[in-house]
Amino acid sequence: MDVFLQSLISGLLIGGLYAIIGIGMTLIMGVLKIINLAHGQILMVAMYVTWVLWKYFGIDPYLSIFITIPFIFVFAEGLSKYLLHPLIEKESILPENQVLMTVGIGMVLVELARFIFTSNYRSIQTSYTDKAWHVAGISFHVPLVIAFVIAIFLTVGLYVLLRRTDLGRSIRATAQDKIAATLMGISSAKITILTYGLGSALDAAAGSLLLPVYYLYPDVGPLFTVKAFVITILGGLGSTVGAIAGGLVLGVAETFGATYISSGYRDAVGLVIFLIVLVFFPGGLKRLTKV
Amino acid sequence: MLKVENINMSYGDLQVLWDVSFEVREGEIVVLVGANGAGKSSVLKTISGIQKISSGDITLNGESIANIEPSEIIKKGIVHVPEARRLFNEMTVEENLIMGSLHGEAKKKRYETMEKCFELFPRIKERRKQLAGTLSGGEQQMVAIARGLMSLPRILMLDEPSLGLAPVLVQDIFDIIKGIRHQGVTVLLVEQNVQTTLTFCDRAYVLENGRITLEGTGKELLNNDHVREAYLGI
Repeated sequence: MDVFLQSLISGLLIGGLYAIIGIGMTLIMGVLKIINLAHGQILMVAMYVTWVLWKYFGIDPYLSIFITIPFIFVFAEGLSKYLLHPLIEKESILPENQVLMTVGIGMVLVELARFIFTSNYRSIQTSYTDKAWHVAGISFHVPLVIAFVIAIFLTVGLYVLLRRTDLGRSIRATAQDKIAATLMGISSAKITILTYGLGSALDAAAGSLLLPVYYLYPDVGPLFTVKAFVITILGGLGSTVGAIAGGLVLGVAETFGATYISSGYRDAVGLVIFLIVLVFFPGGLKRLTKV
Repeated sequence: MLKVENINMSYGDLQVLWDVSFEVREGEIVVLVGANGAGKSSVLKTISGIQKISSGDITLNGESIANIEPSEIIKKGIVHVPEARRLFNEMTVEENLIMGSLHGEAKKKRYETMEKCFELFPRIKERRKQLAGTLSGGEQQMVAIARGLMSLPRILMLDEPSLGLAPVLVQDIFDIIKGIRHQGVTVLLVEQNVQTTLTFCDRAYVLENGRITLEGTGKELLNNDHVREAYLGI
């Protein structure tokens, strides 16, 4: 029973991080109407930025989110403005080709990372890396708890932005009906570019928060793209609440897989769930719960 | 006030507007009538800037506003309430109205204007917290018009506000449009409901295959043989 509870807790904690990755992906999908297949690679870039900040400047990975979030925001806005957006402007190119562009961006990012940092595994050691709090026989891994709390703050912050500000409402309006939004005076080009930045910034936060509990190498990018994809499919495409649920489910499933099957199959479990969802509930959790 | 001069517009290779010219004067209700596919909606789209014209000019009080960004058009006081309402279905009625008032003066007076809209449409006040997608067709049309009014327009362009509504509601909507004009807003209306609109508009233009074929006051057109035969079926 303890093992079960322990796995559940660990799964939920890591799931909190998966959730913000998924929300970022969902946000981009909602407005750009594409699957961002560079999502994990952008997270990888954020992880390397965090690593460099820690290694060469001694900046704590959690503090570094104040650098990685704006850095990745600007970086992703640049990608969106100069690489993705021009594809919409050209009539002869189908908008779906933006997806191919994200694949290309992803590949370039991975190989650039390999070029600069080599394929070696990196990880960071902080004073709290191995610390855990024990409550009623269950241990709470300190870095994961901190990450989870920050993830909650970011999610709430995003919620407030989307619900309570004109900018956030404009993003939602553009996702729901681009033409109507344009008629209301919203520049859909600006919103599209900004949303890509915003979704990637959430992703960046997840990258910084993951680094203390994860290892880092260039191919971690594609791995997280797959995870982000699984999360959004699990949650039902385009649903923010679904993405949170999808993230938590994936986190728990992976941890159970690692506990009860083998830690080597951790990532495989997520993919098996993905297949099951696609075959049996193609609408994802959204269709089951109607949220 | 608003002048459209010899505009031509195409979707790709397909030209849909040919030398269209008309004028809307301050305080008028002007109607563009015509069959499906005549180009009525396209005219509104060129004015609101979501479609570019290839030649001709559109001027507002003498200043050219052709081919400028839609976000600039709305700041200049022209708002386009699109066909089929196009509300933000996953937003509440109130949020939909807020979306109408993103700029300048309209933003400052947002909640004041909203109260006025609720006076005009008491039905939607009761539903202000409800998601727009859950409203009935008539209520949705009211929200769409109110959303347009939230930008404090000088010219309100309505694209088939009677589309898909029960006859009794159609009359309500038309009464509201008359009321809006009395508050000093100029109205450019696109309609297929020719009979009713011609009775209350000031002037009307008939659009056929992308060309203006007739113009005159509502009464003149009601008595015109071609209009009677083609649109009124008499």
